[in-house]
Amino acid sequence: MAYFLVLFPLLMAVLTYVLPSERLRPWLLPAGALVQLVLVGSILNQAENATSVSGLGGWLLLDPLGKLVLGFLCLLFALCSLSVPGYLAQHKDRSNRVFCANLFLIQAMMTLVTLSYHLGLMWVAMEATTLASAPLIYFNQSARSLEATWKYLLIGSVGIALALLGSFFLAYAMLKAGRGSTLRFDQLIHEAPYLSSAWLQSAFILLFIGYGTKIGLAPMHTWKPDAYGEAPGVVGAILAGGVTSCAFLAILRVYQICNAGTDASFAREFMVFIGLFSMAIAAVFMAQQRDIKRLLAYSSVEHMGILILGIGIGGLAVYGSLLHLINNGLTKCALFLSAENIQKSYGSKLTGQVRGALRRVPISGALFLAGFLAITGSPPFGPFLSEFTIAKAAASDGQFWACGLFLLVLASVFVGMGATVLSVVQGDPPVETPATPYRERVGTCGPILLLMSFALLLGLFIPSPLESLLREAAASFEVKR
Amino acid sequence: MGQLLDPLLIIGLALNFVALGVSRIRGVINAVAAQGMLLGILALFVHPGVRLRGILLVGVMILIKGFVIPKMLIHAMREADVQHEVNPAISPITSLLLGAMGTGLALVYSYTLPLAEEHQHLLLVPASLATCWTGFLVLTTRKKAIMQVLGYLILENGVFLFGLLLLEAMPFLVEVGALLDLFTGVFIMAIIVHHISREFASTSTEHLSELRD
Amino acid sequence: MGRQMVWNTFHLVVTFVLPPLLLGVINRTKAVFAGRVGPPLLQPYYDLIKLFQKGSIFSTTTSWVFLAGPVAGLVTASIAALMVPMGHALAPISFDGDLIVVVYLLGLGRFFTAAAALDTGSPFEGMGAVRELSFSCLAEPAIFLGMLVLAKLSGSTQLSTMLGASLGGHWGTAGTSLAMVLLSWFLVLLVENSRIPFDDPNTHLELTMIHEVMVLDHSGPAFGLILYGASLKLFVFASLLVRVACPWVVLNSWLGWPAFLVGSVVVAVVIGVVESVMARLRMPQIPVLLVAASLLSGFGLILLVR
Repeated sequence: MAYFLVLFPLLMAVLTYVLPSERLRPWLLPAGALVQLVLVGSILNQAENATSVSGLGGWLLLDPLGKLVLGFLCLLFALCSLSVPGYLAQHKDRSNRVFCANLFLIQAMMTLVTLSYHLGLMWVAMEATTLASAPLIYFNQSARSLEATWKYLLIGSVGIALALLGSFFLAYAMLKAGRGSTLRFDQLIHEAPYLSSAWLQSAFILLFIGYGTKIGLAPMHTWKPDAYGEAPGVVGAILAGGVTSCAFLAILRVYQICNAGTDASFAREFMVFIGLFSMAIAAVFMAQQRDIKRLLAYSSVEHMGILILGIGIGGLAVYGSLLHLINNGLTKCALFLSAENIQKSYGSKLTGQVRGALRRVPISGALFLAGFLAITGSPPFGPFLSEFTIAKAAASDGQFWACGLFLLVLASVFVGMGATVLSVVQGDPPVETPATPYRERVGTCGPILLLMSFALLLGLFIPSPLESLLREAAASFEVKR
Repeated sequence: MGQLLDPLLIIGLALNFVALGVSRIRGVINAVAAQGMLLGILALFVHPGVRLRGILLVGVMILIKGFVIPKMLIHAMREADVQHEVNPAISPITSLLLGAMGTGLALVYSYTLPLAEEHQHLLLVPASLATCWTGFLVLTTRKKAIMQVLGYLILENGVFLFGLLLLEAMPFLVEVGALLDLFTGVFIMAIIVHHISREFASTSTEHLSELRD
Repeated sequence: MGRQMVWNTFHLVVTFVLPPLLLGVINRTKAVFAGRVGPPLLQPYYDLIKLFQKGSIFSTTTSWVFLAGPVAGLVTASIAALMVPMGHALAPISFDGDLIVVVYLLGLGRFFTAAAALDTGSPFEGMGAVRELSFSCLAEPAIFLGMLVLAKLSGSTQLSTMLGASLGGHWGTAGTSLAMVLLSWFLVLLVENSRIPFDDPNTHLELTMIHEVMVLDHSGPAFGLILYGASLKLFVFASLLVRVACPWVVLNSWLGWPAFLVGSVVVAVVIGVVESVMARLRMPQIPVLLVAASLLSGFGLILLVR
């Protein structure tokens, strides 16, 4: 079963690549994504057989954390893929062969990351997502997207190389302790107390920096504004919602190992610091931001900071972080897709030329505004709940400085982002930017509506299967006092 | 075995400095290719009792790192008609001194990492960290796209140097995966470099600075 | 005591007779590489004799410093040569810390040469002086770090002991360090004696010269002194190299001196080969190579103290 989960998208990728019909190809994406969603849904619905999905002698295993991320990824991919045919219909001048095939490839590799229970395998899958997503960023084939792709590849590859070095450090620590040289997570966690703390800490730092580059934490975030800014909206959505979640999973697994070993308080302090630092950097760059997609990229940096902050604070905040993973992913996708629609309608993404979106593209504009409210933490949307959980956990744990800075940065982000978003949606469309032939369709607006309704749902009520899955996943991060 | 290992590692470190100080791109490509082949030879020395699988891996590695990748890079260079590194961000002497400082720090830091008995007194860990630092230095201070790719290759060499310690115990899957990804990554990068030369009629990434806040 | 007197006399004779032969060997090697017959091996001696028979012309802008240059060059090189152990025995002059004195004696000679060059008031000589002095500054760490390696290995600061019998054993344990010092000192030899790849001794374009242009205005016996002093300096560096590379010359008193002489000739041949296969480096690249030489010595030292 585990093999099938990975092989199916790979097969679809090959199929998409060889299919000669340009018109039919985009429709393969929603079809394949929905099939996979059904599959994963059925797996998650099964009774508590944690080892029912495994393979490769324990290298593939679906534990509660993996289940959470996998389910979320498939949902996200399915919803985003619904908007792909509509998007590609407007870009008939370009061949969409590589675009569609690579989307399936990314899905396959992301699935592999969630299933991997082996540090090395997870690394290979992460590098594969980097390579698979690079051609997608270059889809527009303009000079700017070339620059964005170059930076993305270079910085991403450096991060991956550092992550490999960190994985090697861990393997060597096992070798030195004479505990057999294996990189399987369960064995690493089991043997962690016997590993030398110098190696463990160095490995953690390297792996954190390496995978943190993939997430887009400051100060390794410099590729994000360019990549997300120049990529098509769908690609931005999948990168911001999917690939970053996978990289976050990787960091979580590494933290699990470090936590099981020596005293991980230095790791937690480090994560709190980097989390707050990322949020602050994002807040600074979001103020006066003129490009709506770059704005969203910085918002992604900020929310990755929140995720890491939650893990660093520990306790209930871990639950909050995991919940925020889902909330942030859903809302970001909605934001990226609606921003893409707005850009299509105005032919530009700069605030100087884009105004009055509520009039020209009412649905996308309204959803963009709703997305902004959601992502900055307004009730009744989902992110409010998760961010509140993190803040509450910080306060009850006695980390008042972290809590205070957290709330302060959230407030400044609201103000900074709000200025741009409100100027985009409100007012009258400027006369200088005439309307393009783009019209809102079900294909391009429907998925966004679905995403936002999910985000709203999660803010009002968390379904109990999800609740129990979250609790199970958070329980694996018990801090040893 | 140990006596021969140290001089080979020193040669590897010396190649780092060659890559930092030389001004012609061909020279840097040769240095990186030599370093790749050196890695292959080192693999044979670190694990003398290697079987056919190990020899095959070493052979493939020498082939790819020593011949295939440099040929691709030279081909990309010819397409863009570039011969010299012009105006790196910092002068060669500063690069050399920074590289020396990094190597020294790597030596100091690796003392704090406890090594297994058979690996004591080996220069492997400091050499690997120093090579990573050199690769990072070249990557961040050179403006030409090809030089950045070469810096990344040096970084990968450094990571792989450390991996030599685990060659026997490390699963074959990850080794091949690592090499394969390296190949693919560089391949795509080279293609993009090719496109860079077409877009801007030069392979300097100085021109790639439009996107900023 | 008596035997030491014999060896000292031998040392003196070799020091003052051999050096021009090394220059001849270098020129002959270059000629052989180029497919020519080349000048006779003893040509430098003939040149010296010819120069000493000529008259001198002194520019009216020069002062006593102008003559001090060649004289100081010769005197410092001679004293330095007396402090470096050659062949089998100890050096005639040897005391604790003489490694510093040797290096700075040569530096003193360089100072006076540069002063003599500046004394002429010609811009070419000034340019050459600037280049020579800056390159020597960059080469200094290389020499001293190499000396530190030897001092650490032998536990003493006397050149005679540092380059003495114990060195043979150290090649086995610290061979890599010593090899790096050897390579670094070879580069220092090339730069201090103005050889390719740092300076071309055969160039006639003043703008490309470093050392040659400093002595452009000297003529007759003064120029002969300069030529002779330069060959002595080359001999000092060469003997350092030979003693580091082949410490076994010390072990046997009968084979020691011949082996040393052969070693010096080999060094000269190597210099000739290097000059034949390489071209001179561009000016901005020379400091890079010198820093690399210093780093080489430095890492030799680091390997030792690891």
